This record gives sequence, C-alpha cells and structure tokens, in this order.
Amino acid sequence: MESSKVIHAFYTDDEVLLDAVKTVKAAHHHIEEVFCPFPVHGLDKAMGLAPTRLAITAFLYGITGLAFAIWMTNYMMIDDWPQDIGGKPSFSWVENMPAFVPIMFELTVFFAAHLMVITFYMRSRIWPFKDAENPDPRTTDDHFLMEIPVHNNEAELTSLLSETGAVEINVVDKH
Amino acid sequence: MYQFSGRLKTFSLALIVLGFVGLAYSFYNGSQKTLEDAKHAIEAASNDAHGGGHGEAATPHEAEASHDSHVVKTDNEAHAAMIHASEDKDTSHGDAHASSEAHGTSHDDEHATHVLHQLQNRPWSAFYVALFFSLGLTLLVLTFYAIQRVAQVGWSVVILRVMEAITANLLPVSIIMILVLAASVMHINHLFPWMAEGVFDPESDKYDAIIDGKSIWMNATGFMLRSIAYLVIWNAYRFLIRKGSIKEDTANDGNKTYKKNYNMSVIFLFLFMITESMMSWDWIMGLDPHWFSTLFGWYVLATLLVSALTVIAFVTIYLRSKNALPGINDSHIHDLAKFMFGFSVFWTYLWFAQFMLIWYADIPEETTYFVARFTEYKLPFLGMVVMNFVFPILLLINSDFKSRPWFVFIGGTVILMGHYVDVFVMVMPSTVGAQWSFGIPELSAIFFFIGLFIYTTFSAFAKANPITKGNPFLKESEHFHYYNIEHTGEGSGDHH
Repeated sequence: MESSKVIHAFYTDDEVLLDAVKTVKAAHHHIEEVFCPFPVHGLDKAMGLAPTRLAITAFLYGITGLAFAIWMTNYMMIDDWPQDIGGKPSFSWVENMPAFVPIMFELTVFFAAHLMVITFYMRSRIWPFKDAENPDPRTTDDHFLMEIPVHNNEAELTSLLSETGAVEINVVDKH
Repeated sequence: MYQFSGRLKTFSLALIVLGFVGLAYSFYNGSQKTLEDAKHAIEAASNDAHGGGHGEAATPHEAEASHDSHVVKTDNEAHAAMIHASEDKDTSHGDAHASSEAHGTSHDDEHATHVLHQLQNRPWSAFYVALFFSLGLTLLVLTFYAIQRVAQVGWSVVILRVMEAITANLLPVSIIMILVLAASVMHINHLFPWMAEGVFDPESDKYDAIIDGKSIWMNATGFMLRSIAYLVIWNAYRFLIRKGSIKEDTANDGNKTYKKNYNMSVIFLFLFMITESMMSWDWIMGLDPHWFSTLFGWYVLATLLVSALTVIAFVTIYLRSKNALPGINDSHIHDLAKFMFGFSVFWTYLWFAQFMLIWYADIPEETTYFVARFTEYKLPFLGMVVMNFVFPILLLINSDFKSRPWFVFIGGTVILMGHYVDVFVMVMPSTVGAQWSFGIPELSAIFFFIGLFIYTTFSAFAKANPITKGNPFLKESEHFHYYNIEHTGEGSGDHH
C-alpha cells in the first residue's frame, strides 16, 4: 500500500476545527475523514463533500408508506371485513377517507423515519457488534480529529497543521 | 432613520379613501334593500338548488341516494334558516321546517324577512371580515413579538422594530371593532343572531331554548364588557412595551429595562392565551350560537398567526429593499419563511382535526356548520385548503426558495389571500348565508384596512430607530447565519 501513512491532527474546539479544515483545503490537501463528538454545522460544505441524498430516499420511503397505508386501510376496513364507519355505511374508501387520514399520516412518517435511519446506518457501515472505526476514543468525548493521508510531505503537513491550532499531531501507520 | 416616503403615504391614503367611498356606497345600497329584493333572491336560489338537488337525488345508486337526500334536506334548511333553530327538533319552528313542503304564507314572509336581514348584513359582514382579519393579524404580530422577548430570541432582534411598527395598527382597528360590536348590540346590524329580540323571552315565538341556556355567557352586557376588556389589555401592552422598547435603546442600565420588558411580555402572553380563545368564541363562534367546537380558539389562532408571520416577512422584505434595515440578511428572511411554512401545516392540522371529529361523530347540531360550508361555500371552503396548504408546501419546502424574496412574496400573497378566505368562510355562512358574493363591499373593506395598515405601520417605523440598539442579543442577530444557505450580497467568508 502506497498511502498507508496518515496524519491525525487533534482539535478541542469546533470553530477552530472548521477554520483548520478550510485552511487545509485551501492548501489543496485531501482530507480523508474528520471525527467529531457531535455534528458540526457547515463541516460537510467546508470539506467539499457532496450534498446528502438521504432527503431523496426519505421522500421515496414516505410515498411508500402512504401507498401502504392506503392499501392497508382499504383491505382491512373495506375489502376483507366491510365496516360501518361513524354511522356512514357507504363501504367506499373515498367516502370514508377522512377517517383514514391519521393512519396515512402516521405510516408515511413511520416509513420515512425508520427506513431513513436504517439507510443511514447501512450507508455509514454501522451495524450491531461492529467494531468502532474511530482511531482515537477521545473523539467520542471532547476532541475533534482530522485525518490526512501523507504522500511524502509529512513535514509540510505537520507545520501547516500546527499553525491551525491543532493540540496534538500524530503520524500513524494505517493498516 | 427611515423616512415614510410621500409616495407610499399617498398610496395608503388613496386606499383608505377608495375603501371608504366603496364602503359608504355598499352600506347605502344595503340599507335600500326591501322585502321584494329578498323574495327575488329566494326565488333565484330555490330554482338553482332544487333543480340540482333533485337531479342528484334521482341517481339510482343506493349508497349515493342516502347521501344526497341528506344534501337536499339541508338545502331546504339552508334557505329557511341556517341561523334559526333549524336543528332544534323540539320547537314548533323545527317542525315547520320538517314539513317544509307546505309553505304557509306567514312562513314565506318570515323567510323573506330573514333573507332581507342577510342582504342587509352583507356590507356589515364584508367590513367585519376585513376588520377581524386586520385586527387579528396585528394582534398576532404583537404576540409573536412578545414571544421573541419572553424566549429571548437571538435571531430576530434586528426585525423587532418591524414587528413593533406593525402593531401600531392595533389601536385604530380596536376602536373600529368596538364601534362595530356596539352597533351589533344596539341592533343596527344583524350579525349576531343571539342578539335578536325575543331570543331569551319564553313568551316570544323567537324564543330559543338552546341560546337561553347559554345566557350566562351570551348576553349583551357581558359581551361588551369582555370585548372592551380584551382590547384594553392588548392595547395597554402594546403601549407599554413600545415605550419600554424605545427606552431600552438609550437606557444603558445593565439590562434593567430589558428585564422589565421581559416581565411585561410574560404577563401579556398569559393574558393573551386566555383572551384570544374567549375573543374567538365571542366574535366568531357567537355568529353560530348553537354550534360549538372546542378547538376553535386554536384554529383562529393558527389562521391569524400564519398571516401575521407573512405580514412581518412582507414588511421586512419591503424595508430591506429600501435599505432601511441595517443588519438584516437572507437568513432572517429564511427563518420567517420557515415559520410561514410550519404554521401553514399547523393550520391544516387544526382545520382537519376540527372537521374530522365532527364528520366522524355526525351529530346534527355540529354538522350544520360544515353542511352550510359544503353546500353554499364549496369553492372558497375547499379552495382555501389548496391556497393555505398545498401551495405553500410545494413552494416553500425547498430550503433555497425560503430565502429568495420573490418566492416568499408569491407564497405569502397566496397565504394571505387564503386566510382572508378562511375568515370569510368563518363569518359569511352565518351572517349572509346563501346571499354571499365577492364584490364592491368586500374589496372596499380590504382596501380600507390595507391602507390603514400601511399608513400606521410605516409612520410608526419612521418614528423610532430601526434597530433596538440596547438589546443584549443584537450582535447575535446581526451575525445570524443559517449554515445551509449562501447569503446574497456579501462574501461567503463572512461567517464568523
């Protein structure tokens, strides 16, 4: 592996980190990953990541939930066992639609929320019993970590990073 | 300091004069209505509705037939008396409707008098709809302003003065409101059916047992006292907070004035939540004295709140385009549009919640409210759901659109029109019934109140510093930047 060496730069403040990311990007270095204890607004934009497509999947899941709710209410209340809803025995889904609106709303939200979370986990490669990927446990507490691959420019990167307010800079072999 | 430009002043005064002339004409026209006009109107209406009703009832479909006969029945009722005790089956009055095939002459005359009252009500109702809408949205701007103070909101500090300026409209519309309500109590108009003579008199043939049972609440003295109390409370807060807010600019007393304003706003919000609900029962639900809905206060609140936020956004966008608002950026517009979007959904939720429970239970004295709206007001009643829900959702769901003045303007215009229609549909079915239309009286009233609004708002804005200088959160508001949008007219590096 050619690029098995990486630099880990630690920060203790999200604003300092955000400025550091901008400085590193301005110097045309590739940032492999940033590990944070909490989401930092604007970090994705500063790192130049493509916008998330999670919203699109949420919309599709919502439509699926809505369709499922329509099918389910129609099957349960009209087809399989016709019900007299609110003293209005029309046995028509359309005429009883107001009664089904809460169900349609709830299932739309249910599908969108749950499937979106599952999609997020899969996309982030998180599943039960998986070992943590973050290189340092401090990133789950009060430290931010920026990971930059080294291409024979260790000295240059180290001096750049120390100027950005990093509290600790380590060069590690990544396996 | 902002200067109330001569052109805008002339424009607002022209609107007031135009509205006033139109209203004078409509009121004169309304007072000239005679029983003959009423009989003409009945004839025209019964030709329409009977033809339609019978045609539908003839459909062979079993399920449809039962549904339609319901509609035909309610059509008859609607002509006779939507407001009278049509659902009170025990009174002889109710029986007369049940056998409405046999129209006696005396009944015909009574009916004609009723329709005449509806025709005479039209200019009053048109004025009342615009008046209530103007008063309500100004009040909700004041409430939103109080919320900003109580929650010590950071982002909105640069537009606090905009909200304050809008609330200058409260005093004139409150005075007009008191005059209109006094006119109702003095029988100059017939807006509130429970104020009619004989309703509380068991000897009278107009005696109404249901309303008599509510006489602890529904009596002219209590009504006027409560109405005056609401308006005095709101105007007192508006007067005191405006004074306190201007004092805050130069106070420099370690936030003592700021805290005093905070305390005042807490008290106001507490009183507001009580008076707002009671106001909606008295001024709107009282138009249908038999009918009641427990979430009506919330429903009216939602309508007025989304309109208030739209108006704040409009005035903010206008003043920003005149460079009269230092410190404002796209994120402030974005936040206002988010509120417009969110409260549009909230309104729909309450609109539907109220409808669904009544639809589900199907109790006659509750469904009359929606029957009247589904038969004679179908287009405005369903059209407003498109205007107040579907359109704002589709237009404002996009994050980028919410910070573009043009999109906010288009969305806001539809929202304001939609909520005017909402108030229209709250008031008109009970006061003018089938005799509704949209013409000179309605337009004149709208012009009059828009003119008044522009005049009071911008002259008040010109009287004070456009920024609340003494507010401790001013800096936070000036630097406010929602992370997800790019500001126009400045470098993207101005983040911190």
